Amino acid sequence: MSQRDRSFRVEAIVLKHTEFGEADRILSLYTRERGKLRAMVKGARKVRSRKAGHVEPFTLVTLQLAKGRNWYIVTQAEAKNTHQALREDLESIGYAAYIAELLDKFTYDEGHEHNAIYPLLVKTFDRLNRDIDPQITVRYYEIQMLDLLGFRPELQTCVVSDDEIIAQDQFFSVSLGGVVSPEHGKNLPGTTPISVQALKYLRFFQRSRFQDALIANISPEIHRELEVLMQHYVTYQLERGLNSPAFLRRVRHQKENAKNSPD
Amino acid sequence: MLIPEPVQKLIDGFSRLPGVGPKTASRLTFYLLRGSEDLADDLSEALSSLKENTGFCEQCFNITTADRKLCEICTHPERDQEIICVVEEPLDVIALERTGGFHGLYHVLDGVLSPIEGVSPDDLKIKELIDRIKGSEIKEIILATNPSMEGDATAMFIRPQLESEGVQVTRLARGLPVGGDLEYADQNTLLRALAGRQNMG
Ligand SMILES: [Zn+2]
Repeated sequence: MSQRDRSFRVEAIVLKHTEFGEADRILSLYTRERGKLRAMVKGARKVRSRKAGHVEPFTLVTLQLAKGRNWYIVTQAEAKNTHQALREDLESIGYAAYIAELLDKFTYDEGHEHNAIYPLLVKTFDRLNRDIDPQITVRYYEIQMLDLLGFRPELQTCVVSDDEIIAQDQFFSVSLGGVVSPEHGKNLPGTTPISVQALKYLRFFQRSRFQDALIANISPEIHRELEVLMQHYVTYQLERGLNSPAFLRRVRHQKENAKNSPD
Repeated sequence: MLIPEPVQKLIDGFSRLPGVGPKTASRLTFYLLRGSEDLADDLSEALSSLKENTGFCEQCFNITTADRKLCEICTHPERDQEIICVVEEPLDVIALERTGGFHGLYHVLDGVLSPIEGVSPDDLKIKELIDRIKGSEIKEIILATNPSMEGDATAMFIRPQLESEGVQVTRLARGLPVGGDLEYADQNTLLRALAGRQNMG
């Protein structure tokens, strides 16, 4: 093994951490250089740890990693952006957790995915931190990430007949991976209806730059439709459930209750 | 070489402990095999009485002996009944007790919110906390979850519910460095964090 492989520098977003052993933590990182990888921070839970504050979940960080026997070991860590603002709001934490969980579950360690994933991830965290329309930010990330990882849903032609999709309410099949025309969808088991507006926004996000996507003026109803549809789609592709959507629903529910109760 | 079944069973048992890999598990097992009779006997006695003779306090959910409904802290006549310190786990109670600087009561949440791991408010003793302070003489709640993303999120989630019950809510963790565990804080750091607790807001 060359010297270069034994110790190297990465820039990464911390997707999550888990406790390990006496006082260590294992980080799940998405790095600019090598895609996803896991690394251990020794003594991270000790109050005197100089690295702990730099490697909290959702932090953009520069790391020096050394190859250990079982793990990469973090030897230096310096946060570039802790995304403190998003950490101070429960709903933003829920969105950030969803972003992180999606990527963590869709990728393998050192799977070397498309190198456009990393910039998309970093920009998405920055947008959440600056509170730029979080719902559009999340939907945009979702559709672009699926595209880059090869899970692009088919939104242009009917996945049963290959006919071009025209501007009207359609059906969506998660198992066939896209839109089904009304003619073929209405009797097909496992399809769900998709409104013409929801479909329009998904197609728009799929082909647009983020700046353009931002001008979409989406009603709360359509947002809900998009969220349910996309979560259904990703869960099917992953063949397992996600944890963060339940958290998000819960904190939203509390927010609603707080709004409705008189002070 | 084939490992005899009783030996393999203990190795497997050790391997399921947090932070113990198969190598450490084998080393511990063979140490016990070769070590003095006393050690193995003492350990097996301690293990078998662990679950049997311990339970959880019905009020604060700290660990206590199985024959008690309420723990020693909850029933101690000199503890301040107007202040509760909310912590993630029993080990945090031990850390705070060691400082000798806190004389109120505790509430053990039994974990911390984790959006990615799927730990939800219903998995923690949050509802029990709210019910506990309803109609009680509690005046202040110190939220002493760890100063981590999860600990902060948990404090943020609980705070409005407590405030609507009319108690003062303070946060301990502000003086502690981000990412650390209360359990590992030294006594002076904890005392300073206690003294310097701040209103959340
Ligand atoms: Zn008790």
